Amino acid sequence: MNALPRKRIVGYTDRISAAPGETIRVMVSAEDVAAYDATLVRLTSGDLHPGGSGFIEREIADLGRHPGRVQAIAAGSYAIVDPAGSLAALRSLSVLAFIWPTLPGKGRQVILGQRRARSGFALALDETGAIAFEVGGATVSTGVPLLAREWAFVAATFDADARRVVVHQEPLVSYPGLDRRSWREAIVTQSLATDAPFMIAAEAGEGHPTAHFNGKIEAPVVAREALDRAGLERIAQGAITPEVAAAWDFAREMGGDRIVDRSPNRRHGRLVNLPTRAMKGHGWDGSEMNWTHAPHQYGAIHFHDDDLYDAGWAADFALTVPAETPSGVYAARLTGGGDVDHVPFVVRPPKGRRGADAVFLLPTASYLAYANERAGLEGDGHLQAFANHLVALGPGDLWLNDHQGAGLSLYDRHGDGSGVSISSRLRPILNLRPGVTSAWVGTAGTAPWQFNADLPLLDWLAAKGIACDVVTDEDLDREGMGLLDGYRVMLTGSHPEYWSRSMYDALQAYLGRGGRMMYLGGNGFYWRVAFHPTLPGVIELRRAEDGIRDWVAEGGEYYMSFTGEYGGMWCRMGRSIHALAGVGMAGQGFDVSTYYRRNSASRDPRAAFVFEGVEGDVIGDFGTVGGGAAGLEVDRYDRALGSPPHALVLASSENLSDTYFPPPDEINNASAMMDARQNTRVRADLVLFTTPNGGAVFSTGSIAWIGSLTHNRYDNNVSRITENVLRRFLDTKGIG
Amino acid sequence: MSEPDLTRPELIAEFRRNPVGRHSPDLRLLLNTLRKADGEEPYVLVCTKPHREWRLARKKAGRGQALTLLDGAIFTDADAAEWAVFKLRWARMTGREIGE
Ligand SMILES: [Fe+2]
Repeated sequence: MNALPRKRIVGYTDRISAAPGETIRVMVSAEDVAAYDATLVRLTSGDLHPGGSGFIEREIADLGRHPGRVQAIAAGSYAIVDPAGSLAALRSLSVLAFIWPTLPGKGRQVILGQRRARSGFALALDETGAIAFEVGGATVSTGVPLLAREWAFVAATFDADARRVVVHQEPLVSYPGLDRRSWREAIVTQSLATDAPFMIAAEAGEGHPTAHFNGKIEAPVVAREALDRAGLERIAQGAITPEVAAAWDFAREMGGDRIVDRSPNRRHGRLVNLPTRAMKGHGWDGSEMNWTHAPHQYGAIHFHDDDLYDAGWAADFALTVPAETPSGVYAARLTGGGDVDHVPFVVRPPKGRRGADAVFLLPTASYLAYANERAGLEGDGHLQAFANHLVALGPGDLWLNDHQGAGLSLYDRHGDGSGVSISSRLRPILNLRPGVTSAWVGTAGTAPWQFNADLPLLDWLAAKGIACDVVTDEDLDREGMGLLDGYRVMLTGSHPEYWSRSMYDALQAYLGRGGRMMYLGGNGFYWRVAFHPTLPGVIELRRAEDGIRDWVAEGGEYYMSFTGEYGGMWCRMGRSIHALAGVGMAGQGFDVSTYYRRNSASRDPRAAFVFEGVEGDVIGDFGTVGGGAAGLEVDRYDRALGSPPHALVLASSENLSDTYFPPPDEINNASAMMDARQNTRVRADLVLFTTPNGGAVFSTGSIAWIGSLTHNRYDNNVSRITENVLRRFLDTKGIG
Repeated sequence: MSEPDLTRPELIAEFRRNPVGRHSPDLRLLLNTLRKADGEEPYVLVCTKPHREWRLARKKAGRGQALTLLDGAIFTDADAAEWAVFKLRWARMTGREIGE
């Protein structure tokens, strides 16, 4: 009776896009499912709204029956030193580091050591947040908890002959009455011996690493002698004395996943689960904001116990995309134990071979940004005020609530409150699924978001018999302009918000050559992200400077670690969204959508083709996303922000609700006249303009637009306008 | 300066007519007052059939926090769920029930 809906099967793939003949591995975890059936399906719709097309999928191939098994996710980042360079032979030692703990007192947290169960040693925060040295079964703690988010120098020495442990903690700043400086000395009987690997920010557990550290660690050093305070000071200052066994400089190779030992011993290590690099160190003085100019001021790594890059599951099966499979969105459908999971991916055309004149750029970078987003699951009354309705949790949300280690979205914060700046797809992503809606968007969480909001475009294209290839952001980032070259029209999804430089360059080059774009979304082209140069399927974002930010990057941490690029909003980096798309972010609200009304420009002869067969002035007062074509996030024409002067503003939204507000970049000073009811700058504009070399751009400036295409069996004015524009854009003859 | 009376019947009637979407300023103030009073354990819905069926629950804000399913109606209409929660919150605020 009281059973909650339960997700039992979840999976992910090793790649998001593959051409015919290429192989995709599928990783699955199945809880209380003896066996499941796998089927390759082509996905066309997942719109379960009563006015939507429902689920439309076509079975392509049987992928076999597979035993169900549970695969766990081991979240939490750390560094591990190559076993060949292990520090196993240590008898006595000194260890030290600078740390900036973010959750002292939240359980025992290892800073560094060689420890497993009660063998070996570790420098750690004890349960109370005090610095402790553990050796064998003994623990020597200062007994004085450190303050969160304050830099401290911490060290311990162990003299095997005297059997003496000394522990130090020295905050770099102290407050009257809150002096947390402390040291402690004790005699112990244990030894350092262990077979555990040397790790930083965690220890070897049973199976998976454990006791993760939350916060920043900088410049850890290990010496093979118990040094006195002066000796510790020398190596803390950077001296490589003969006793130094390893001294890691996290300011080297900050874009990669290797940590470099600058001592002659070359005990380099490897980072697991992508902690955040290029973070301000204890010596950052504000003189430099760009880590590439002063790497030594950015020698800290911020570790989190909920970082996740690659869930690392064993593959259940692999599938090879059959030859001649048409480009489109496909999924491995996994059915068993009363549950179904669809693990989606794109079949792209083979390199250099277009299968159509139109191409849909599936905004997978934006899907990653929102991957496993938890606002609805974790928010309080403020979120419901923001949404203006109740949150409704689905099976995917409940699964996330039970699986806290499943990796976070770029909208979430880590457990320690710091922003999530890295998101990968090598993990199950519960909201990148057909049929799934967002817990907090639309009445009772019924609005689709991203992937499932984009599927109706495929449904509509199929219904209209318009051939269209599908490629992903990741393909575009890797291959650049060549991926789009030759297509007459590129269509976007409903919310293509996140763009890497390579993607943006490719789009601009494509448009510069006369390529045509239909921007069928809202709040597009907004954030700059970087794909990792070598690790697949992962992006980085710094929520810098301005814009809608669910968390805010700290001053001095605006440059991305993956590439050294400045992070934040493209429009602040010489790339006006308005110039590119004719419209740019004007506002957002998450309750109901509205309609557009035609402007006089819609009667301009240059726009006649757009409105052929369209009667009346009201466009899109229907749809499965909030009940209208204009809504959720909306963009407006604004000449002052770079919209082309010759653009035609064909129609504009009216009557957005009072919960629609401008983005922070439009609020230089708050006022009581900001909401859409009083502020006509918060609106969606439908815009058409020509570009050089026979190109053109048509923009709808609304996330909800695609959700109106299928209304009334694809027969409606949003559908008609979209079809008119698409067919005209596919035609080689000039426009305007 | 007088504060608006947020318990006045026309606000209830306005919410009943249109639970989600554009609201009068006083109704917006009332709704946000009620939502805030949920504190650390807001009312939420659990969707048991996509777009068609919901149940009422409370979910502690924050990561991995418990969800408690509340006994009571199964909603087949999102507006009815909004109304049910509105009544619960209103009664908590005023100590009085809203008559049907
Ligand atoms: Fe967004």
